[in-house]
Amino acid sequence: MSIADPIPLLDAEEQKRARARQIDRIGRWLLPVLTIGLAILLWDRVVVWNEIPHYILPGPGLVAQTLIKDWAILFDALLVTLQITLMALAVAVAGGVGLAVLFNQSRFAEMSFYPFAVILQVTPVVSVAPLIFIYVENRMIGLLLCAWLVAFFPILSNTTLGLNSADHNLRDLFRIYGATRWQRLRYLQLPSALPYFLGGLRIAGGLSLIGAVVSEYVAGTGGIGSGLAFRILEAGYRLNIPRMFAALALIAATGVVIFAGLSFLSHALLHKWHESALKREI
Amino acid sequence: MATTWRKIKPMGARPEILRMAGVNKVFNGQTVALQGMNLTVNEGDFISLLGPSGCGKSTALRLIAGLMHPTAGAITWAGGQEAGDLGVVFQEPTLMPWATVAHNVWLPYRLRGKSFVAVRDQIRLALKLVGLEAFEDAYPRELSGGMKMRVSIARALVTSPRLILMDEPFAALDEITRHKLNNDLLELRAKIGCTVIFVTHSVFESVFLSDRIVVMAARPGRVHRELAVDAPYPRGEDFRTSADYAALCREASGALHQAMGDAA
Repeated sequence: MSIADPIPLLDAEEQKRARARQIDRIGRWLLPVLTIGLAILLWDRVVVWNEIPHYILPGPGLVAQTLIKDWAILFDALLVTLQITLMALAVAVAGGVGLAVLFNQSRFAEMSFYPFAVILQVTPVVSVAPLIFIYVENRMIGLLLCAWLVAFFPILSNTTLGLNSADHNLRDLFRIYGATRWQRLRYLQLPSALPYFLGGLRIAGGLSLIGAVVSEYVAGTGGIGSGLAFRILEAGYRLNIPRMFAALALIAATGVVIFAGLSFLSHALLHKWHESALKREI
Repeated sequence: MATTWRKIKPMGARPEILRMAGVNKVFNGQTVALQGMNLTVNEGDFISLLGPSGCGKSTALRLIAGLMHPTAGAITWAGGQEAGDLGVVFQEPTLMPWATVAHNVWLPYRLRGKSFVAVRDQIRLALKLVGLEAFEDAYPRELSGGMKMRVSIARALVTSPRLILMDEPFAALDEITRHKLNNDLLELRAKIGCTVIFVTHSVFESVFLSDRIVVMAARPGRVHRELAVDAPYPRGEDFRTSADYAALCREASGALHQAMGDAA
């Protein structure tokens, strides 16, 4: 190669890498859409080819129709479930972070009360829920309590881990500069715990939905103004299988939206500084 | 940061700022980390603590920093210690990854309840001194290892401390960056007249930087010998290649080997 030859900006290796990046970018969206589409198509074909009656397994088309036809009922139910889920999540955040900070600040409090947190966590909510509904008059508060029980532990344990994982040299530095306990918490430990907390929050988001739905099953169909689980039970009694599927689809979609929302929140808060949210250059 | 900087006075005329007298530190009632250390730090001194691992140089630094207390002996500040008298640079840059460069440098003031706006000028000045005034709003992850260390140094000197402690600050950097930062540190010192205690296990670094080298021995950690580095400042690349430098390095190296020899 003579000196006059211009150096190509993209050599073969770089071109290959650029191509791989582009394929990766498209595949990230296209592949899930494609596989889900194929699965739905397969479901539809299985129903049609085997002539399965709709009261045993409805096809996706019928489920979609039911979703539109029963939208008024299902949407009201969705709002109830969503309300319980989000309230439980909010209380789980407050309780989980509050307890984590308390445990972090007082070792005696941690030694005394951590076992309670573990007991609450390992006891299946379905087995506690009937008792809760006996003692708690208000159905809404009962549901909220159940969902909270399921959701608060990952936030507590992750935040506790995060508060304890502040850099040791930074702790020393804070001591040298005469930081108060409150300053250390506010400026060092809470920011250090943020990535851990957000990881716990993503788990808790899904769990609070599960808690809300499961506890509603336990609460049964006695009440009025009930959520999606209630609608599924009710439709089951009436052998309205398409509506069961439609309600189920709504629950799944809600879970996905919650997860996506919390992932977005996590990215928005961390992308400037945390390893987990950084893109590598090469 | 004071707008009028201290001038470095000649050796004999420097007022005392800190004295360690017969300082002992014993860990767990058995490990003697430091035995009978005496050291007088005068204003404008650049003192290196040089020695092998386990000689107690980092222990000495942590004692001065107030992170622990001597088992016996005393460390006294002339005129008493006040907030902001001390700046510290660790081996790692130890920056808060969630905060911008300027906010990291703000930390010593922030912990004293000063708002960012109130000390804005001091922060700018400290960053200017380490050549990072253009990176105020950058996050630590966007900086190179050497630049992070400069931020750490800016944070240590933002309050114009009477004494800056440095615990092997450049040990993790590559040779080229380390030389550059050594040069810059001396320039900085000439400009603002800071007093430094510098822990290192590099003979070359200690000779290049300091006017006094405290050679330490291990097991138990103690002061072996104090050497005066008789070479005028400013020191630059010329000094690094001079015969004087080579002779001083030989002397310090000899003392270090002696210190390690009588430990064996």
